[in-house]
Amino acid sequence: MSTLTIPSPHELIAPAQRGERESMVLNMGPHHPSTHGVLRLVVDLDGETVVDVAPDVGFLHTGIEKTMESKTYQKAVVLTDRMDYLAPLSNNLSYVLAVEKLLECEVPERAQTARVLLTELTRIGSHLVWLGTHALDLAAMSVFLYAFREREQILDIFELVSGARMMTSYFRVGGLAYDLPADFIPTVQVFLDTFGQRIDEYEDLLTNNPLWLERTVGVGTITAADAIALGLTGANLRATGVPYDMRKMVPYIGYETYDFDVPVGKNGDIYDRYLVRIAELRQSRKIAYQALERLQQMPSGDYVTRDRKIAPPPKHEITHSMESLIHHFKLWTEGFKPPVGDAYSAVESPRGIHGTYIVSDGSPKPYRVHFRAPSFINLQALPHMARGRYLADLVALIASIDPVLGEVDR
Amino acid sequence: MDNQTVVVLTQAAFPNTLTEIDERHGDLKLRIPRESLLVVMQWLRDHAELQYTFLESVTGVDYLGREPRFEVVYHLFSFRHFHRLCIKVGAPEADPVVPSLTGLFPTANWQEREAYDLLGIEFSDHPALQRILMPDDWIGHPLRKDVPLGYEEVAFTFNQDRIYAHKPFAKE
Repeated sequence: MSTLTIPSPHELIAPAQRGERESMVLNMGPHHPSTHGVLRLVVDLDGETVVDVAPDVGFLHTGIEKTMESKTYQKAVVLTDRMDYLAPLSNNLSYVLAVEKLLECEVPERAQTARVLLTELTRIGSHLVWLGTHALDLAAMSVFLYAFREREQILDIFELVSGARMMTSYFRVGGLAYDLPADFIPTVQVFLDTFGQRIDEYEDLLTNNPLWLERTVGVGTITAADAIALGLTGANLRATGVPYDMRKMVPYIGYETYDFDVPVGKNGDIYDRYLVRIAELRQSRKIAYQALERLQQMPSGDYVTRDRKIAPPPKHEITHSMESLIHHFKLWTEGFKPPVGDAYSAVESPRGIHGTYIVSDGSPKPYRVHFRAPSFINLQALPHMARGRYLADLVALIASIDPVLGEVDR
Repeated sequence: MDNQTVVVLTQAAFPNTLTEIDERHGDLKLRIPRESLLVVMQWLRDHAELQYTFLESVTGVDYLGREPRFEVVYHLFSFRHFHRLCIKVGAPEADPVVPSLTGLFPTANWQEREAYDLLGIEFSDHPALQRILMPDDWIGHPLRKDVPLGYEEVAFTFNQDRIYAHKPFAKE
C-alpha cells in the first residue's frame, strides 16, 4: 500500500533544503511545454532516475464551484465549459443531467440522440488533441498536424450547432440550446465517412513505429487493483484490462440502445493507453453513425422539453401568447427552482468519470456544486507510475494520463 | 443489486447506525455518525457480496446555520454490481474533524485535501493535510458560506496602498 502514496511538494522540498537527501530535488514547470498546462512537478532525482515526484496543482484555480453558487442553474452551464476545455460538451452533459435529476425532468428523444452524437464527437476531438500532443512530446511532429486537421472539422461542427468552437454551452437543462441546423447531418456525415481512414493514418505512423514502441511499451505500468485504489478512470483504467465504462455500467441518455464495444488493454502501460484511445476513436465513430441515422428519421423541432417552467418558449410564441411571455420573463429574471435535495450524476467524459454533485435549497441558484473532475483524480496516479523511471518517461507519462489543467484546478 | 438489499445488509451488520435512508431519484444515500465511518467504509469495501471497492468522489458541503454545520459526502461505486452508494457524515462547526479514508482508499488523498482547503473540514490521520488549490498562505476557506463572493475594489496608483493594506493575499 505504501507505493500508492501521493507526496505533497513540501514533503520533498523540506528535507532537500535541510540537506538531508543525497538525491537532487528539481522543479519542473509550472510553465513547461510537456505539462500540458500549468502543472508544477517537484521531482526528486537520482541522476536521471525519478525517486519520487510530487505534483503541485492549483495555478489555474478559478473558483468555478463558488461562482456557480451565485448563478442561476441555467447560467451556470456556461461555467462548466471552462473546466475541461477540450471536452466542453461532456462537462455540460454531466452538469445538466444532475440538474435534470433534481427536477425529474423528461428530455425529448431527439435531444438525447443529439447529445449522444455530440458527446461522441467531443470524445473524438479530445482524443485527437491527446494524440497530437502526446506524439509531439515524444518528438513525432507530424501526428500533431494530422490530428489537428481532423479536430478542425469537429470544431467546425460545434460552430455550426452552437456558434462557438470551444465554449459551446450547447446542452441546456431540459435539452439543447437550439435545434440542430439543416446542414448539420450532411456535415457530420462527411466527417465520419472520411475519419475511419484517418485513424488508419495515425496508426500507420505510430502503432508499429519502433521509436514509439521504445518510449511507450512497458513504461508506467499500473495494475487494475492499484488503478482502482488510486481512483484512476477512463482509458487509463481500461488500459489495465478492466472494461469499466460508465456508458455501459450505468447507461445515461440512452447509451444502452447503442451497439458498441469497450476497448480494453492488457498491461496498463503507456502503449496500452494509446491503443485503447485509438480503439475508442473507432467506437465513437460507430456510435456517432448510429446516432446520426436515428436523427435523420426524427422530425426537427423537438429539441428541448415542453415543460415551460424549465425551458423558455420559442421566440415566435412570445409575441402571440401572454402565458409564454410570462414564462420567458420568469425564466430569464428568476430561473427555475428545483425542489430541496441533492443529486449526483456521472458521465464517461474523454478523461474518465466526470461527476456532478448538486445541492439545492429550493432557490433558483445551486446551494453547492461539486465536480468530480477526472483529470484531478487521475493525476494522483502519476507518482506511483513514475517512481523508478527516467525523467524523460515522466514527460510521456503526463501526456498518457491526459490531464487538462483547467479541470484539475477548476 | 437493488437499494433495498444494501440497506438490509448494512442494517444487519450495523444496527442503529443508519440515521437516515434516502432513496430519492433512485439513488441510495445513507447517513452515518462519523465515529463509525471507518468501520462502515471498510466493511462496504471488503464485503464479499457488495464490494464497494471504488471511492468515486469525496466532497464537503457547508450548511451554515444548521447543526452539524458541515457534511462530508462520499460516493462509493461497486464494479461488481455497477451500483452507486452515497454515504454522508456530519461534522459540527466547533470540531470539524472527520476520519481520513486515505488508509482504505488512496484516492481520497487529494479529494480530502481539496475539502480541507476549500471548506476547512479536517481529516484526522491524513498523511499531508495541506492546501492544494489555494496558495499556501491563503487565509480562510473560500467555499464556506460566510465567505463573500468577491466584488473587490479595483486598485489604481492613487488608492492601491489603502486597498492592499486590507487585502488577505500572499505577502512576502
